[in-house]
Amino acid sequence: MTVNDLAKIDGFNTIILSDGSLEVSSAYTGDLLSDVIANVGDDSVLITVQAHKNTIAVCSLSSMPAIVICNGRSCPDDMIKAAKENDISIFETDDTQFLASVKIAKALNL
Amino acid sequence: MQEIPINTYSSPTVILDLIYRLKVKDVMYKDLTCATMSSTLREIQHLMKKEKITGVPIVQGKRLIGLVSMDDIIQALDKGYIEEPCKAYMSRNIIVLEDDMPISFAINYFDKFSFHRFPVLNKEKELVGMITSRDISATLLVEINREMEILEKSQASNQPTNPNNINGEIHSYNIIKHDFENAGYASTQIKKKLKKGGVATQIIRRAAIASYEMEMNIVVHSNGGQLSATYTPNKVIICAQDRGPGIKDIEKALTPGWSTANDWIRSLGFGAGMGLPNVKNVSDDFSIESSPKGTSVTCTINLQKKDEENKDDSK
Ligand SMILES: Nc1ncnc2c1ncn2[C@@H]1O[C@H](COP(=O)(O)OP(=O)(O)OP(=O)(O)O)[C@@H](O)[C@H]1O
Ligand SMILES: [Mg+2]
Repeated sequence: MTVNDLAKIDGFNTIILSDGSLEVSSAYTGDLLSDVIANVGDDSVLITVQAHKNTIAVCSLSSMPAIVICNGRSCPDDMIKAAKENDISIFETDDTQFLASVKIAKALNL
Repeated sequence: MQEIPINTYSSPTVILDLIYRLKVKDVMYKDLTCATMSSTLREIQHLMKKEKITGVPIVQGKRLIGLVSMDDIIQALDKGYIEEPCKAYMSRNIIVLEDDMPISFAINYFDKFSFHRFPVLNKEKELVGMITSRDISATLLVEINREMEILEKSQASNQPTNPNNINGEIHSYNIIKHDFENAGYASTQIKKKLKKGGVATQIIRRAAIASYEMEMNIVVHSNGGQLSATYTPNKVIICAQDRGPGIKDIEKALTPGWSTANDWIRSLGFGAGMGLPNVKNVSDDFSIESSPKGTSVTCTINLQKKDEENKDDSK
């Protein structure tokens, strides 16, 4: 699926859709950035509560096309700006990381 | 207009060093005048007048419960509830700073939010001070004065240093202590350079992991330093060099999961104790040296595809 399909998932609010055509073939759930950067696979969406600019750096370095920020946390402006500059899309949701992960797994037919 | 017109990422290095070195607790005022929830707004108004302050924290013991500002008092006078207890009228959703944060955080907060003061809490979440933009400006002026004096004195013997010395195939980047705003910039540049050079994706990924972890360790744990990348046709050598305080026990530091990161650093997603082990894992050659004067980490990554296919995990 693509980033555009993430935007259609129930309960996901699009904060910024940078490049909706980017491929999403997997996901990674985590809040420890050095764990994420070491273990994330290709074309993965990041499911996290880390709503700040450093998360964008990690996504950009690991070529992740999108982030889902969980538990109703909201992204600061500098994070959204950095996401835009790096072709990364951001979604916010009130879901827990578990629930968001399940929804994405279903969308990926996993 | 900015409350504190200082750019927290592109100001001169002296200033950047200052705003990352000085902590909120060095700048805040500790001599607080507080009130409780049963205090009336009138009493608080008198307090403000007597102490010449414009905001009064409302506390229960050492816990911060709310804040009454001059605006709240004006509202109360206007709407006629000035004799009532502040409990129902104080602001409760208060943005606070931690005493351990660098003042660059405070500067950014004054920028982001339109408040004139922030309460400061310690690790135990107790109210320990308040900070206004004036406190920051005043402290900065004093410190800048001191720095200027040192600069003037040392000018004669000063050798020229160039922070971003692009010398053929060596690129180096200044990394500033606790500069989370720009953290990741150097690694991103290294990644871009390798991508431009047509290096295989999996190898770029390893270089990105190594450079990011090395960069973050300078930001999180050191007094500041440099990250450099030396590009040759066969390999990229990434070096992190900082100005202390050094690693006491390198073996422990290389153990997955071992970290000395404090709570607020962990709250940003750092401090898993995975950084150095990650660097070591992705390196074809890895070395680390440390003394109280500084830590230096060197990681070499071969750029030849062959290496990737044979996937040598033993190193
Ligand atoms: N440049 C440095 N200067 C001083 N101490 C350091 C430096 N780099 C690492 N350390 C010490 O080594 C420990 C382990 O570092 P490592 O990068 O493996 O984990 P971390 O930075 O704590 O967490 P993570 O990298 O997972 O976010 C750190 O907690 C710190 O005590
Ligand atoms: Mg680290």
